[in-house]
Amino acid sequence: MGNPMKIRASVKDGVTEVKVLMQHEMETGLRKDADGKLVPAWHITEVKAQHNGKTVLEGQFGTAVSKNPYLVFRFKGGAPGEKISVNWVDNKGDTRSDEAEIS
Amino acid sequence: MINLERRKALKAGGGLGLLGLFAAIGLIRPGMAAVETKLFAFDAKSMNEALDALGVIIPQSSEAIHLTVPEIAENGAVVPVTVLSSLANTEQIHILVEKNPNVLAANFTFPEGTESFVTTRVKMKETSMVIALVKADGKFYRIAKEVKVTAGGCGG
Repeated sequence: MGNPMKIRASVKDGVTEVKVLMQHEMETGLRKDADGKLVPAWHITEVKAQHNGKTVLEGQFGTAVSKNPYLVFRFKGGAPGEKISVNWVDNKGDTRSDEAEIS
Repeated sequence: MINLERRKALKAGGGLGLLGLFAAIGLIRPGMAAVETKLFAFDAKSMNEALDALGVIIPQSSEAIHLTVPEIAENGAVVPVTVLSSLANTEQIHILVEKNPNVLAANFTFPEGTESFVTTRVKMKETSMVIALVKADGKFYRIAKEVKVTAGGCGG
């Protein structure tokens, strides 16, 4: 179970803008620790955002996405009080889902 | 194993059209190709490998894609990237960093109703071209911009 995401969603002129800040190390697998050993890759591989059960964005991440990945996207529709959910899966099979209300 | 052999074959053949050919003769099952192609694209070490893995055949340069990146990134670990495509029927946006150890940084798929716009942050090892590759109406388009990195974002 990963750490919680911060999700902000607001609707303006019929378009909802969603900002997501995930908490994840996003280890590349290329970095060495203090003993000179490679730190194994550990990163989010898939992200999915849904609004009212409909997928509004799907993403796949490689190792080059920054630590604590940040994402902004926009979709048509959405109303204040409706829910946005975001889910991610990492390469170790860990997963995290969070929800936020559109304001 | 199939993937490895396919990669070799792609290299040998310069990548042009071989993927389609393999699919046609049944070496790759259609359903499987879509998922596996993308995942191993993240292991690609060079632009050509990444384009092959994504099944891209010579993307056209397009002014209809807006790529916003800093000219100079003081911290290569956090480089903001925004891609906005005004191409009709944009289906996917891929973000690639040419000189990173793994070239492909992220893929995004846009269902109907979602604007073809995305902002995220990527790591950059050194000064490099950042490429936005957009799939619209089944065709690939791209735009590239250079980002100068003063401190790399990979390694300790």
